[in-house]
Amino acid sequence: MFDTLTLASLPADDAGLRTSIRALIARHIAAVPLERRARSWQGFDAGFSRALGEAGFLGLTLPTAYGGGGRGAFERFVVVEELLSAGAPVAAHWIADRQSAPLILNFGTEEQRQTYIPRICRGEALFCIGMSEPGSGSDLASVRTRADRTADGGWVVNGQKIWTTNAMHSDYMIALLRTSGTAADRNAGLSQLIIDLKAPGVSVRPIVDLTGDAHFAEVFFENVQLGADALIGIEGQGWAQVVAELAFERSGPERIYSSVVLLDAWVRHLQEVGRSDAAPLVGRLTAELATLRAMSIACTARLVAGDSPVVEASIVKDRGTTFEQDLPEAIADDLAAHPDEAISDTLYRTLLYVTHIAPSFSLRGGTREILRGIIARGMGLR
Amino acid sequence: MNELLEPFDRMLEALVTPAAVRAVEGGASAVAMWRELAASGFLDALVDEQHGGAGLSLADVQPLIAAVGARAVPLPVGETMVARALLARAGVPIPQGPIVLATSAVSGQIVPCAQVAEHVLVDTGSGLVLTGIGDLSPVATGVYHALAARLVWTGPIVGLALPRPAKGLRPIAAVLRAALISGAAARLTDMAARYANERVQFGKPIGRQQALQQSLAVMAEDMIAVRIASQLGCAGGLDVGATVAAVAKSTASAIAARVANTAHAVHGAIGISEEYDLQLLTRRMHEWRAADGSEGYWNTVLGGARLADAAGTVDWVRAQVPV
Ligand SMILES: Cc1cc2nc3c(=O)[nH]c(=O)nc-3n(C[C@H](O)[C@H](O)[C@H](O)COP(=O)(O)OP(=O)(O)OC[C@H]3O[C@@H](n4cnc5c(N)ncnc54)[C@H](O)[C@@H]3O)c2cc1C
Repeated sequence: MFDTLTLASLPADDAGLRTSIRALIARHIAAVPLERRARSWQGFDAGFSRALGEAGFLGLTLPTAYGGGGRGAFERFVVVEELLSAGAPVAAHWIADRQSAPLILNFGTEEQRQTYIPRICRGEALFCIGMSEPGSGSDLASVRTRADRTADGGWVVNGQKIWTTNAMHSDYMIALLRTSGTAADRNAGLSQLIIDLKAPGVSVRPIVDLTGDAHFAEVFFENVQLGADALIGIEGQGWAQVVAELAFERSGPERIYSSVVLLDAWVRHLQEVGRSDAAPLVGRLTAELATLRAMSIACTARLVAGDSPVVEASIVKDRGTTFEQDLPEAIADDLAAHPDEAISDTLYRTLLYVTHIAPSFSLRGGTREILRGIIARGMGLR
Repeated sequence: MNELLEPFDRMLEALVTPAAVRAVEGGASAVAMWRELAASGFLDALVDEQHGGAGLSLADVQPLIAAVGARAVPLPVGETMVARALLARAGVPIPQGPIVLATSAVSGQIVPCAQVAEHVLVDTGSGLVLTGIGDLSPVATGVYHALAARLVWTGPIVGLALPRPAKGLRPIAAVLRAALISGAAARLTDMAARYANERVQFGKPIGRQQALQQSLAVMAEDMIAVRIASQLGCAGGLDVGATVAAVAKSTASAIAARVANTAHAVHGAIGISEEYDLQLLTRRMHEWRAADGSEGYWNTVLGGARLADAAGTVDWVRAQVPV
């Protein structure tokens, strides 16, 4: 079962990518406190994203003709691993780089590619994903927000999206909208449109989360007029396009490293106080991380081989988020099992930040239960 | 299936049928089965070509060990492959019979397959000694149909001495157990998924019940995790380091019991019966989980090494567990 998912090696880093991205990260995050770095891919810094673009680290796998790096998925793995393990603030470009640009490359017109991809690669065009709605979470095929054709061949959009990460900072949204029929028609009649968030009729209301951050938002559309060129891909094929897009979203190493800044901080604490009774727990978490990393590289190898490893990506994501969620729980127990040992403010704040945000790890990008359903279908159960 | 595995697994399928496994477990002689395994030449897979072996790497052989696990072979095939390679490397004459590995220098340890072995390679802490199994008076554990035995000795072990690998025998033995667990986990996952599609309750296959789908999905994740961890353990060749062994065996041991339990849960009562093949694998999962260090043992080893190094976790993993 899933026989192609086997141990794969990262090719030698001939281009010295790791060294150069490390140097760039070190310059930018030296002054960023630990608990901010624990934001991982929710940390927003548009300046840092532009610096990455300037240095050629955005759009790494995209063709050079569109300003991309013309490299492979393994190289992207290396760069993403460095960014995430350092806790670099990557949110500004994350979605555009990970899924919007590949989506535009795969399904967009030549004009759309020329318009958006070079700017994404420079870190100048920021994107968000408008899938979820108040009535459509896991049941994404039930979306109601509509785009209707206008007399001049353009579109008019009405409705609402919610939980849209970074909508308030983004230039564009790629939205999944109903272009024909009603919510009862399910995945027939859905299309993807690129919405300029500065267009009249769009309003964005940030939503504050339980840690005090506001990384996602509600987005309202009231008679938003778009040109004919807003449609991306084929009208009515939005569902199939979204499924392909989610394979990109789910297969990356960000599904194992969300809590790694905390893991490092805790290990440093243990080393500083010279405590060895936590070795079994350190060992368990290290073994899990090493195995997950190899699983994620194995999944990357499937992308390199030209597969769309949808089920494999779900396997890595579900196991990865389980690890990311277990980590703060286990560390909290270890630390509080030593009530006479002082811990620093930053470690404490980092621990509590990760503890509080951790439930979101198995919600964003598809919930645990939904992913396990995908895996079960992949096993031949239905 | 690769060209090495295919003939090997075909041989196992014909030779090591569930009935044959039950017979050996029930006390019948395994000599004929061993003779055929030996005649196949596969036991020298890891022996260098200059010593007449196939000169394959541990990574090449990992799928074969997994196949041994998947078929619950009642003989120490992987252990003998490793022992023969070490003996050949040391220039020591290689005996014909099955060899088990004793990875503790302490008398009284329980060693899988010791009841069907003829020789034992003991890690005394300062060297390796090959001796006849009879010299260590193997005592059956009394566990139903288990082929493990307790090895007991007083005084120094007499036998052929050979050099001890840097980290002793336990890391390589642990990596073998991880490969066995990986094969059995794959087989159990296949069996559970197939059964879930066949068994009908409430008018539909039980595999349509979301509760079962969710636990079968976790089983598939475990199965993939142990496959990859086992391959990681085998990637660096015969001189397995403690760190990669720890990653492989910690992962394998942690999933062994869980996979066995899910397989039983899905099968219901039929899986508890002696007559049904599930138990041939699930009993071994528990044996292999404990053999040569459980997850608790290896986690302590791994954590100790990690805490002794100032690097960040991802950097440390990249350096110590290269992929
Ligand atoms: C931090 C964060 C960022 C996000 N960013 C974005 C974004 O940028 N763009 C975007 O479009 N969305 C985004 N989302 C929304 C996310 O995609 C949804 O939260 C997710 O799809 C689940 O939908 P829901 O929250 O409505 O939960 P629901 O679908 O209502 O689910 C609630 C519970 O019911 C379970 N459930 C539902 N259906 C089933 C079923 N068939 N079988 C078993 N269990 C089921 C779920 O697993 C879950 O446990 C984000 C969410 C978070 C937390």
